[in-house]
Amino acid sequence: MGLMRRFSNIFKAKASKTLDKYEDPRETLDYSYERTLEMLQKMRRAVADVATSRKRIELQAQQLQRSAAKLEGQAKQAVSQNREDLAREALTRRQAIATQLTDLQAQHDQLKAEEARMVEGSQRLQAKVDSFRIRKETMKANYTAAEAQTRVNEAISGIGEEMGDVGLAMQRAEDKVAQMQARSGALDELMASGALDDASTSSDRLQAELDRGFAEPAVEAELSRLKGELTGGGTTAKQLDAGQPAEAPAPAQAPAEEERR
Amino acid sequence: MIVRISGEGQFDLAEAHVDELNRLDDDLTKAVDAGDEGQFKSALEALLASVRTAGEELPADWIGPSDLVLPSPEATIHEVREVLGDEGLIPG
Repeated sequence: MGLMRRFSNIFKAKASKTLDKYEDPRETLDYSYERTLEMLQKMRRAVADVATSRKRIELQAQQLQRSAAKLEGQAKQAVSQNREDLAREALTRRQAIATQLTDLQAQHDQLKAEEARMVEGSQRLQAKVDSFRIRKETMKANYTAAEAQTRVNEAISGIGEEMGDVGLAMQRAEDKVAQMQARSGALDELMASGALDDASTSSDRLQAELDRGFAEPAVEAELSRLKGELTGGGTTAKQLDAGQPAEAPAPAQAPAEEERR
Repeated sequence: MIVRISGEGQFDLAEAHVDELNRLDDDLTKAVDAGDEGQFKSALEALLASVRTAGEELPADWIGPSDLVLPSPEATIHEVREVLGDEGLIPG
């Protein structure tokens, strides 16, 4: 037997088992209707789960994008300071983030497609539920045992099939969400460890070195200005010396200290 | 003949189209037996495309059983094997 027939037979056998059959077909109709309502609720929750999972991925991607932008800035800063080593480090880290982002994007697209299918699926199920409700009432109203059996059976196996189908779709969505959650968790850990993240943890050192690169020349300049003022007989030094006998230059600190007293 | 594509909906097909489906089903069966995921994907897509073009999609509120139920376009060999369950690949 071909795959198509085997798949059909097993699917239908499983689907018909999902619904209990009662002696009175009218009861079976009511029971089946209740089950479709439950299924619709479950389906809506599953859609919400997929959406939550998708949003989490979006947040992670934003976080990674911020890190990448920051590292890019740091690399530029490093290049302007002629610190190729630091630039290289920043770019290496940015590269790792770019790889993660590509993966995340692929997962995001998958989830988005899954979500769209689930939404369509729940709309189809909603349409079936509505039509089944009307149909079962009509069948119950015009119930005659002789003809009911076939018509009821047809409606019930139709609705059972739909439930089996929705069940498979939900199973698939649940699997995807579970995979995605595992991945998201791993990525969160990776980010927390600082392997990917920049400023918050490991690249503090990178930033500190860059800051030093900017600060050091400025500090040097300040230092030489101060030195120049004190040793080269700058105006400040003269003012401080005022009132003191013009002797041999005293140690720079001494006059200032006397002044304060 | 009513054919359901899992996760997609039901289609009404002329009985005469069943030969074409059987032919496409041979390719699909071979792919699953070989465990070749790539071959499976293309064989499944060919089978489903044939149903979509030859058949007419039934409205969402139509309720009735299908003569054939086909795996969803996203199905994998693994998923199909899971549905087949205990029966495995070689039916008794």
